[in-house]
Amino acid sequence: MKSLDRKPSYRIRFSLLAIACFVVFFLSFFLGRYPVNPFVALRILFSKIIPAIPKTWTNQQEIVVTSIRFPRIACAALVGAALSVAGACYQGMFRNPMVSPDLLGASTGAGFGAALAILLGGSYLAITLSSFAFGLAAVFLALLVSKASRMQSALALVLAGVMIGSLFSSGTSFVKLVADTESQLPEITYWLMGSLSTAKNKDLLFALVPIVVGLVPLALLSWRLNLLTVSEQEAKSMGIETAKLRAVVILCSTLMTAASVSISGMIGWVGLVIPHFCRILFGQDFRRLIPASALLGATYLMVVDDLARVLTATEIPLGILTAFVGAPVFLYLIISGGTQREH
Amino acid sequence: MNIEAKDLHFSYSTTEILKGVSFQAGEGELIALLGPNGAGKSTLFGCLLGFLKPNSGCVLLDGTDMAGLGRKQIATQIAYIPQNQSPSFNHTVLDSVLMGAANRIGTFEAPGKQEMQKAMEVLKSLGIQDLAARGCMQISGGERQLMLLARAIFQDAHILVMDEPTANLDFGNSYKVMKRILELKQKGYTIIMSTHDPNQVMSFASRVIALKDGKVIADGDTSVLTADVMESLYNVRVSICDDCRSVNILQ
Repeated sequence: MKSLDRKPSYRIRFSLLAIACFVVFFLSFFLGRYPVNPFVALRILFSKIIPAIPKTWTNQQEIVVTSIRFPRIACAALVGAALSVAGACYQGMFRNPMVSPDLLGASTGAGFGAALAILLGGSYLAITLSSFAFGLAAVFLALLVSKASRMQSALALVLAGVMIGSLFSSGTSFVKLVADTESQLPEITYWLMGSLSTAKNKDLLFALVPIVVGLVPLALLSWRLNLLTVSEQEAKSMGIETAKLRAVVILCSTLMTAASVSISGMIGWVGLVIPHFCRILFGQDFRRLIPASALLGATYLMVVDDLARVLTATEIPLGILTAFVGAPVFLYLIISGGTQREH
Repeated sequence: MNIEAKDLHFSYSTTEILKGVSFQAGEGELIALLGPNGAGKSTLFGCLLGFLKPNSGCVLLDGTDMAGLGRKQIATQIAYIPQNQSPSFNHTVLDSVLMGAANRIGTFEAPGKQEMQKAMEVLKSLGIQDLAARGCMQISGGERQLMLLARAIFQDAHILVMDEPTANLDFGNSYKVMKRILELKQKGYTIIMSTHDPNQVMSFASRVIALKDGKVIADGDTSVLTADVMESLYNVRVSICDDCRSVNILQ
């Protein structure tokens, strides 16, 4: 069977990707203003699990590794994985490979929530919570509008999402207008550009729960997600309750996107470009696409965050870097047609 | 396998599309559904497949009202072959065919080795096993139509509803697809296909149902497709040559 012949090569690619992911994870500890040898970092990390490891490092090194680098690197991996998986699922569900996970307004909603919380002088936790809540609210509003509409459901949903999204981004603009230009406005602007420079272990724990809750059902349903990529009538005729399956996908993806954005700010392009690459490398089957997107997304965002840390003397916001990398790559995909050229 | 439409009425808001459609179809029948654009063919298909709920009347599958059946149950009996359209994602032909297993495996399961072998056998029976690893965007329209046929067979349903299976296909591919459909008919499948080609009806169908303005105006073997019926459907004068089974337009 020909299709089976190709499986081992997928397996090799998976192994390579997983190894790359781990290597980047550990190397990332080394990068930054305060260099830490990756082996020292490794020992410090393992000492948290196995207390028997003798302490051969300074307290300062330990703080840098466990409270500054670790949450930041782990958050980058988590956010990259979550956005990529959510993007892959959204693209399949909307039967459009050009869709990103914030299509229905999840990140513009989250952006507004964060801006509002900063304006009201909210604490760090309040900003995260408010952004998460508004991200979810934006998507639910879009769903409600599309339910009330008499148009074709998928089209109504996209239009509603775009409208709600622009409503929230106007809201954000208004908040910026009335914000204090000395302190609040820069904070809002910086937050919107996306960054992990302030990521703490608390953030990691906060985002981990909704992201895992969103990821598990998608991983379990992965084969069935393939059937969302054919027309709705075909899927129904093969016995799929399309409305239910779509609702699960939207719910899970939104949970993951809103949780990501709430700790990292707006990071574009990851959810759009990574699934694309994974399709080229691993084919269309969601059983491979979901784990591949998670791994490649995590690796990619860790690399981008490393660049953000070391490229210039001041931190570059992540959102800017992902766009610098993402947009040209995407242009290349449009021109080359990826693997999907018809003949 | 037997499917029966009983006095189907269906309206979109105030416009009545189906105005009491009734017919019955059994094993080994290849029914051509003929009718002008807007006659209600798609709506009728929607009702037969359970996508649309008729305002009154019902669809019976072996005597059981479809309204009481779940999606998965309906899928074990009726398969749908949509009109040729280019897919949005490049699944392999084998993966596309495997989708037909969705009605018989658990929600969190994926088809295993056995299903894969079965899918390969179906591809072989249609002579397209070489396409198994190809992307469904990289094959021709005719091959894609055969792939959809394979998926329907793999789905294990014995009633096949086809929406213009040869639309947009060239002469040769159209013949290839029709030949396979004819083979399925001979194997005992119940096939209902819409078409716009009266000559295709004459050469392949065992029965014709002519639909106009939501009503059946003719139902029977190909001899019911008279010049009058054709004129009433399409407003075109034709002559029908019974010996050569062809329909010709009169100027």
